[in-house]
Amino acid sequence: MNCREFVEFLMEYLDGELPEAQVATFREHMADCPSCETYLDTYRETVRLGHDVCGDPDGPVPEDVPETLVSAILAARRKQS
Amino acid sequence: MDEASLVARLRGKEDAAFEELVRAHGGRLLAVARRFLRNEEDARDALQDAFLSAFRSIEGFEGTARLSTWLHRIVVNASLMKIRTRTRKPEALIEDLLPGFLEDGHLARPAVEWRTQSDDPIVRRELRELVLEKIHQLPDAYRNVLLLRDIEELDTQETAEIVGISPNAVKTRLHRARQALRGLLEPHVGKPSA
Repeated sequence: MNCREFVEFLMEYLDGELPEAQVATFREHMADCPSCETYLDTYRETVRLGHDVCGDPDGPVPEDVPETLVSAILAARRKQS
Repeated sequence: MDEASLVARLRGKEDAAFEELVRAHGGRLLAVARRFLRNEEDARDALQDAFLSAFRSIEGFEGTARLSTWLHRIVVNASLMKIRTRTRKPEALIEDLLPGFLEDGHLARPAVEWRTQSDDPIVRRELRELVLEKIHQLPDAYRNVLLLRDIEELDTQETAEIVGISPNAVKTRLHRARQALRGLLEPHVGKPSA
């Protein structure tokens, strides 16, 4: 397995969907290739950071919906009914 | 707020109930629309479309899910609809954002470790803003799948149904979107190589 194949199969590996025979080859490559090991770590970190975009406990409490938008939505509803 | 009684009042077409619904859920749902739509006006339009759709279909709300979950799904759909119908702008090609390889299959640029751990809430907030900015640089077709799978946390099948592609295509797009996002983030968070 080379780096190109390692990156190609990365998501399947992390999802536990890589066939058993390929898992061993995948891990062998990772043990021999520090760059691919780092690539896997940072790929995983990318997914975690994505989760944090909306799930960060430090994240701002959503602001109130702007007053003009509330009025526009309610006016559009009255027009519709 | 008693959800069942609010739903009953919405079905009774009570004006105050519609306002209550918009005020209670609007802020959080606007944040959802902003994740899909870069343009503030588009996000607000999507939110308005979503609420109008919810008002029209409140009879169909079965109460098996929470009202907030039901509204969330409607906003996601309205945002995707907005993306489909707006004027298309030139986008980056996903191929340009994927890692490059040498002829022998090695990574053209070795991956470097990242510095993304911090106890400082301000640093974490800046990082979150950076991630969202880079997500918005992904081509629509890839960004939508990444948002639905990794951020809205829908499963592959649900994502496939919403986007209108096969589950296998969802997996391929998700993997490419994550690689592209990783590549966009690395110059900002990668530690200088020794």
